Amino acid sequence: MTEAGPSAAEAAVFWVCAVLAVTGGLGLILSRRAVHSALWVALTMISLAVLYLANAAPFLGMVQIIVYTGAVMMLFLFVLMVVGVDSSDSLVETLRGQRVVGILLAVGFGILLVLAIGTALSGVPAVGLDAANAEYGGNVEGIARLLFGEYLLAFEIVAGLLITAALGALVLAHRERWQPRRTQRQLSEERVRSGDQMVPLPAPGVYARHNAVDTPALLPDGSVAEISVPGPLRARGDLRPVDAAAVAETEVLASGRAALGPADHPVADDPGTSPGEPR
Amino acid sequence: MSPESYVILAAVLFTIGTVGVLVRRNAIVVFMSIELMLNAANLAFVAFARMQGNLEGQVIAFFVMVVAAAEVVVGLAIIVAIYRSRRSASIDEPNLLKY
Repeated sequence: MTEAGPSAAEAAVFWVCAVLAVTGGLGLILSRRAVHSALWVALTMISLAVLYLANAAPFLGMVQIIVYTGAVMMLFLFVLMVVGVDSSDSLVETLRGQRVVGILLAVGFGILLVLAIGTALSGVPAVGLDAANAEYGGNVEGIARLLFGEYLLAFEIVAGLLITAALGALVLAHRERWQPRRTQRQLSEERVRSGDQMVPLPAPGVYARHNAVDTPALLPDGSVAEISVPGPLRARGDLRPVDAAAVAETEVLASGRAALGPADHPVADDPGTSPGEPR
Repeated sequence: MSPESYVILAAVLFTIGTVGVLVRRNAIVVFMSIELMLNAANLAFVAFARMQGNLEGQVIAFFVMVVAAAEVVVGLAIIVAIYRSRRSASIDEPNLLKY
């Protein structure tokens, strides 16, 4: 029974992480929004890191977590913020039948790959990494021995590649300014000349029950002022529906104001008076 | 658990990544699918290293990770640059070379 313990535990780890990884992969291709896809991929990366740990590769497991979930996926999320969260897929097919043919080809390829691997690898004995890890005193030491010995040249070339990639990203993301920067005076003059929105946009509606920015402000007649909600929320259609109680309250307030008519003394200066109450 | 099952899991993940590249239109999602395929290859490398009993597979997987990081940086910068000029992240949009 000394042999069954670790291998049963490894089987449990494998099945849990394999199911999680495949779920993350399916979530990547099935979610409509790119942010959800990024989160599913992060799940896949973390399960793969656990699988590396189970495969006697503790160094790679840690590097996977740091580089992929820590750096790469966060970079994806930053770029999603730049490109726009609402950029979901268009459903228009430019090539007719491309989706069906693509799925069929990929599934066929997958079946072929799994069957070929299954027949090629069945019965091949696994040597195990215990001896190789123990040779220099551990997994990290063994990898360091290879990296800085046999693979030193490749390691240095890869370092050059990383620096080049960083410079390339700087060059590609850099935006040259072609015209002089517009001053605040020019901007305000343009705004007045175009004439569509001269004053600042109205603030989102804040009621007693919601103070989130997806709550639209109500106009005096009870309709919704859509421009009071930030643009990305409007683009995603995430306006919070106005509850009828708030509209009714507004109407009561408006009718109370109307019933007052031209008041003898200003109501706004009198905090003790309920505005809905006719006098 | 034999390393064979890890390699089969890697094949399944690679296939999912292939479907993503072939079917999705958003450039960033396509890019994430490519990352998934690279990760599947890494898992196969790690499993093969265990099967063969030497650490070179893990070293190669490490190099794949470094190259993937460099590729992500440049690729995302290209996506941002295209988005700036075309206002779109769809891979159907850049058809300037078509006509």
